[in-house]
Amino acid sequence: MKIAIASGKGGTGKTTVAVNLALSIPNSHLIDCDVEEPNCNLFLNKELEPIGSSKVTVPNIDEELCTYCGKCSQMCRFNAIATLPEKVILFPTLCHSCGGCILVCPEHAISGKEKCTGIVSRSADMEDHPRLYEGVLNIGESMASPVIKELKRWIEPNISTIIDSPPGTGCPVMTTLEDTDHCILVTEPTPFGLHDLSLAVEMVKIMNIPFGVIINRSEEGNSIIEEYCDKENIDVLMKIPLNKRIAELYSQGIPFVEEMPEWKERFSALFKNIVNGKELA
Amino acid sequence: MEREILSFIQEHSQWKGTGMKELVVISGKGGTGKTTITASFAAMAKNAVIADCDVDAPNLHLLLRPKIMETHAFYGMDKAKIDLERCNECYNCQNSCNFDAIDENLIVNQHKCEGCGVCEYVCESDAIKMVTKISGNVFRSATNHGTMVHAELGIGEEASGKLVSAVKERSRSIALENENDLIITDGPPGTGCPVLATITGAHLALIVTEPSLSGMHDLERVLQVTEHFEIPAIVCINKYDINENNSRTIEAFCHERNIEVVGKLPYDTSTNLAMMEETTIIEYSQNVLSEGIKALWERVVSELEKQ
Ligand code: SF4
Ligand code: SF4
Ligand code: SF4
Ligand code: SF4
Repeated sequence: MKIAIASGKGGTGKTTVAVNLALSIPNSHLIDCDVEEPNCNLFLNKELEPIGSSKVTVPNIDEELCTYCGKCSQMCRFNAIATLPEKVILFPTLCHSCGGCILVCPEHAISGKEKCTGIVSRSADMEDHPRLYEGVLNIGESMASPVIKELKRWIEPNISTIIDSPPGTGCPVMTTLEDTDHCILVTEPTPFGLHDLSLAVEMVKIMNIPFGVIINRSEEGNSIIEEYCDKENIDVLMKIPLNKRIAELYSQGIPFVEEMPEWKERFSALFKNIVNGKELA
Repeated sequence: MEREILSFIQEHSQWKGTGMKELVVISGKGGTGKTTITASFAAMAKNAVIADCDVDAPNLHLLLRPKIMETHAFYGMDKAKIDLERCNECYNCQNSCNFDAIDENLIVNQHKCEGCGVCEYVCESDAIKMVTKISGNVFRSATNHGTMVHAELGIGEEASGKLVSAVKERSRSIALENENDLIITDGPPGTGCPVLATITGAHLALIVTEPSLSGMHDLERVLQVTEHFEIPAIVCINKYDINENNSRTIEAFCHERNIEVVGKLPYDTSTNLAMMEETTIIEYSQNVLSEGIKALWERVVSELEKQ
């Protein structure tokens, strides 16, 4: 069972939900796919050891052989190569590693060079619960998806796996959500939260992933999200109140299920409901 | 390498020598209050174009209520389409696709296809066409505070970096045309493709952080990014009073790195109330927060003048 925790808007409590949910499920694995800002371990403080890295092939241009014909920049649909009358310039942050320029260069002036774009690590202690897998995109790199793909290779079938997705609805999120069984969208009851939730809902619908919503920092008398979910026929799986104790624990980096056991039960029940729902379907 | 690229961009930029400045507001972590602050800046700036580069989760329009004047279709990456009638099943395309986008039945997965065109190039039977598709819109809008450029990505479309660049290009050409002296940009979260596209060519980055563990961690990462690309950066600590200890840690950390903390704003529930009223905080109320944002703006303006 793979459950992804996503949110249209950043800062809604996605990581909080992922960490607390993983802590409430026996033998679970937690995969932090928010490789631009991986934050799960700030709440778990695990010792991690590197187990892999994402590698992409980027072009390496031998100017000795180059005739500045411009075929490579014509081929490159990502504008990652510019040919000037006497110079070829590569923009590594724009390169998607498609290999097109290498194929077209008539002078064989371009070769592929392997580049590491991110690191994948896991809990050093394998008995640890939840076992954490984390990917980090190297600074200055633009493509998060290869790190996420490398990270997702470590997902084991038959293990309850919680996946912390990046925020938004862009390529890294789609790469994360692909092949997951269920998605929990975390939002907050503000107009920003509602707007971004509706974008995320459209995305999971297109990807055909069953989903439900968790409202974080929920307040009495504010039903902006419930009204939307009612209208759209979306399950509200849980409401986490705007609560001083929870906020304090958050700022200290303590997952609140550790201090408030009633919440561990709620998360565990939530997980069972999702599993049962899937078996019924 | 980055230095070379930077100078290339500066040399070829059309606004070179116009004195126009570009301010980007970014945050690393989402939800720190970046958009609330950007919207207030927009309300105070005298002669600025406002750009929303958080194209994945745009929110600025919810506070500035833009009236759309022009809509420009945005073409994302083309997608490969295989004509099975012409195909001789050589599988060259599948073997050459670096994104595993073509399956064993020679069907192109539209989400996985990045539109590189390699399959089209290797196909000897002319069976593959790259198909253009409108995948969003870029808007030029009027607001009470000046022209705003923003965008909307079609559902399930994924070309954020490219769309960010489209928003930036349009804001720059509008600023040139109208002789605006500033572009204020609301940036996306993270450190990847959309952020890099946003900060390219900017004169100053204001990083909005908050005193939570994740806020601090992400500030560190995003500062590494601005340093890497040599974009001058300054920091504002939002909701500094939710954890004053952490705020002091942030200040010490910035001091060590020679980064100015140009503002500390208190937590205030009026932010949400202003949001419900669809207006900026400085128009909504006169309180400690709105005064703090005004002082912050003055600091930012003077920092911009230095660049
Ligand atoms: S295609 Fe090859 S020869 Fe032509 S400009 Fe590019 S690198 Fe040089
Ligand atoms: S590998 Fe592809 S994306 Fe990268 S420079 Fe070459 S053609 Fe462009
Ligand atoms: S390369 Fe062309 S001919 Fe070969 S399998 Fe692909 S589409 Fe068919
Ligand atoms: S265009 Fe590129 S990514 Fe898309 S199917 Fe062809 S080779 Fe693969």
